[in-house]
Amino acid sequence: MSESATKSAKQRPEFRNINAFTDLPTYRLPAAGWVSILHRVSGVIMFSLMPFIIWMFDTSISSEISFTRFTNAFSVGMLGLPGFIWKLAALGLIWAFLHHFTSGLRHLWMDISHKAVELQFGKSSAKVVLTISLSLTAVLGAKLFGLY
Amino acid sequence: MSVNYGSKRIVVGAHYGLRDWLSQRVTATVMAIFTIVLLAQLLLSKGPIGYDKWSGIFASQAMKTLTFTVILCLLWHVWVGMRDVFMDYIKPVAVRLSLQVFTIVWLVACSGWAVQVLWRF
Repeated sequence: MSESATKSAKQRPEFRNINAFTDLPTYRLPAAGWVSILHRVSGVIMFSLMPFIIWMFDTSISSEISFTRFTNAFSVGMLGLPGFIWKLAALGLIWAFLHHFTSGLRHLWMDISHKAVELQFGKSSAKVVLTISLSLTAVLGAKLFGLY
Repeated sequence: MSVNYGSKRIVVGAHYGLRDWLSQRVTATVMAIFTIVLLAQLLLSKGPIGYDKWSGIFASQAMKTLTFTVILCLLWHVWVGMRDVFMDYIKPVAVRLSLQVFTIVWLVACSGWAVQVLWRF
């Protein structure tokens, strides 16, 4: 590239080392970017809460008595925390699973189909993923908190 | 590629080949099928789901075997995924390696517990 070409071009912002505090808040991610980073976030959430997931599997399935302990955690509370905190944790896991599942299907579809890796499909499918995962989370969350 | 051996060896844990990428896709597919099988049994059942119905789903040897396979798939899938995250965001080798070792211990422990639950009741 010649010297004059770089000089005449308008000075554009350049990101070398992305600072989490000064750069990230100014980033405006497109829908596909949100789906991508939330795929990671949801995966890490489920990894971190894995003992809670297995605890739920354990108590809900082992016996009638443990099943009562399972339901009590969400109605009465457990470990000094009220029931709604545990419901919120469960809702967080529900969202994480739904997002990871739907955006995972998008990944698989992109691996299979050559048409799916085009820009337009990337944009529209990202919006579909966000719509499905968020609306299903809202429906299941309303059920969890007894709104219907 | 620059020098990547001896003290210049980059500690990643990835094999830079098809295997990890493909195994993540295959394990994801198995887990997705399990999700659909489980959801179908829940949605097709009538009335409120109590202990009997819920544990009944996992009572058959076929469902136990499928669940066991899913637990192993999860272990593998999560390892590849967490390792990807560490490779991207954690640069100091000592921290990265420690987190990778922690992840393996965490996952093996969780899988052991889940498998025990599965065949205990």
